[in-house]
Amino acid sequence: MPTEIYFNVAISGLLTGLIYGLSALGLSVIFGVIRIVNFAHGEIMVLGMFFTVVAFRHLGIDPLVAVPFVAAILFGFGYLLQDWVVRRVAHLHDYFQFLLMAAVAVMLIAVCLMVFGPQAQGVNVPYALDSFSIGPLIIDKVRLYAGIVALLGSGAMFAFFKYTDTGKAIRACGDNYTGALVVGLNVRHYYALTFAIGCACLGAAGAIMVLIVDVHPYLGPPYTLLGFIIVILGGMGSLPGALLGGILIGMSEALAGILLQPSLKSAFSFAILILVLLFRPQGLLGKVQR
Amino acid sequence: MSINSRHPRVTRRTFAAGLGAAGLVAGTAPFNIGRAQGAPLKVGVLLPRSGVQAFIGQDCQRGVDVAAGILKDIGQPSLQIMNADTESDVQIARAQAEKLINEGAQLLVGAFDSGQSTAIAQVAEQRGIPYVINIAAAPPITEQGYKFVFRNFPIAPRIVADAFINQKEIFAETGKAPKKVAFLHVTDTFGSAMAKSLPDALKKFEMPYEVADTIAYDLKARDLSVEVAKAKGTGADALLVVSRLNDAILVTRELVKQRWEGMGVLSMGPGWYEDQYLKTLGKLSDGPISFVPWYDPNKKLAKALQAALAKQFPETHMNTNHVYTFEALLIAADAYKRAGSANPTALADAIRKTDIKDNVSTGPGIQFDAKGQNDKLRNSAIQNRGGKLVTVAPKGATDAKVQWPATPYTKRS
Repeated sequence: MPTEIYFNVAISGLLTGLIYGLSALGLSVIFGVIRIVNFAHGEIMVLGMFFTVVAFRHLGIDPLVAVPFVAAILFGFGYLLQDWVVRRVAHLHDYFQFLLMAAVAVMLIAVCLMVFGPQAQGVNVPYALDSFSIGPLIIDKVRLYAGIVALLGSGAMFAFFKYTDTGKAIRACGDNYTGALVVGLNVRHYYALTFAIGCACLGAAGAIMVLIVDVHPYLGPPYTLLGFIIVILGGMGSLPGALLGGILIGMSEALAGILLQPSLKSAFSFAILILVLLFRPQGLLGKVQR
Repeated sequence: MSINSRHPRVTRRTFAAGLGAAGLVAGTAPFNIGRAQGAPLKVGVLLPRSGVQAFIGQDCQRGVDVAAGILKDIGQPSLQIMNADTESDVQIARAQAEKLINEGAQLLVGAFDSGQSTAIAQVAEQRGIPYVINIAAAPPITEQGYKFVFRNFPIAPRIVADAFINQKEIFAETGKAPKKVAFLHVTDTFGSAMAKSLPDALKKFEMPYEVADTIAYDLKARDLSVEVAKAKGTGADALLVVSRLNDAILVTRELVKQRWEGMGVLSMGPGWYEDQYLKTLGKLSDGPISFVPWYDPNKKLAKALQAALAKQFPETHMNTNHVYTFEALLIAADAYKRAGSANPTALADAIRKTDIKDNVSTGPGIQFDAKGQNDKLRNSAIQNRGGKLVTVAPKGATDAKVQWPATPYTKRS
């Protein structure tokens, strides 16, 4: 097989991995601060994908342009979901939180089915089938644009948490709940803000992802599973870990497909998950929980 | 309160009226039993109306929707259709089959997918209710010795065999044959059955090409860029594929993006000829040749079905889904008419003796062998051209000349 095919596939995996990373940031930030495992992760991203399809079809907005708008809509959705629903079970056992988020996931699938129907829907942007040619390498234009926007989105997230007062306050709430209360932080608001930021990440990732994958209501669960794999691989609650995990999974899936057998792509991701759980349960960049 | 008020007295007049009514009922009862076929036959139609195969299930439903008028025109009894959704899931298909039988279905039809059809067949056999499979190619379904299961659809080895016979006809006609192909297939029941049939068929039919690589992928794959890159990397002249609708669209997009310049796509399954494929890809949908169970455009009933579909669904092209779903109902109606009863055993016996010459699909007609399989069916080669479908093989059942090799995607505007 020509060598350039391997490079083409690796580049494609890297770019897809960046989008995976952005979506996994949403899961990681929510877990890292609020300690809620978002079982509706994939479904919320699918919601973002559907919003993007609607914006493209009815308003002619390019998905890449729609990224901030979809992120804003899901930001609002996430804030209200945390403040009105999730917060009320936060004091209960983890099982109740899992069940609640699973129920939210099922409801979102049902709503998407009712509103958008069961069929797969995509966006047909003018550059959908274009590709760049660099010597023997062929790079999918859509995937390149999507990867760049995902990278920018991830960068904005890191900057927000590192340099802004709100970001620092959120981190403080995550690091020490009681301490945050003692110093007078409005933890309820910051928790809702965190959930909202997580959902906004998913909205942004969904808006980008719809350029590559057609959306249908049942698309959520595989992305939820993928999100868990990435976050566990990178380290639960670690933002750089989520991005790194996304890139690693994107590239390893692609290379496993070309080196082994494409039907083994998903199995390969789970094999990595098992290995990480066995030998480095805190993930690549995660801290050991004591 | 008097006793009479609680127990109304039976008068001579009421007694006579009751006797008359009883006589009327008794007199007409045998007639009602004898006229069981006067009532419509209750047919449970199981299709994947939602889930990953929703498009195809909904497409099959069009064959059901136009059936009533055509059956009436050709003098067949009416059917009462009971719709059920398998949700593209084997376990739900099984549960829905049970539910339909419990609700009074006297015959089952469906279910497009081999896995789901296998589950329904088990239920039908267990409950003793005739089941006519519209579309499902996995051979084991009719190899179990079932007495109530019938399939009017070619099995995978037959599809593969005819695909190669028709390919050779096309290569001979154009004088251009690929030397090397990459085989891409989905790993559902149908795709796996087809893949299993391939090596023997290649030897048997002495094809002019070798299979450079076999690339299997999951039905729920969201992205097929790696699969297409791998196929391209083999340097194959053509792609041999067994896919479904969504993956056919994904593969085509990747072929365009990755600037593949092979001779064309040779499909041995659904997806590539379906309306949604044509609509979604527009000009890029042109070129692929599908070797599939199809219809003979020259048959009278094919023309009637085409006309009915064109009238009710003007934007739909008649395809395998409509043809075989309609024919399953035709078999049900024909058997009901001959059996003269909705009794399951009588219906099954009648189906076993089916001999319909005036049908729609390619081949001599509808008859079943001892296993309940119509082994007389033949497949056609159809090509996407200008947003339409034309039949290009076998000779004698065509309405256009084949264009092979297809124009490469890189040379299309």
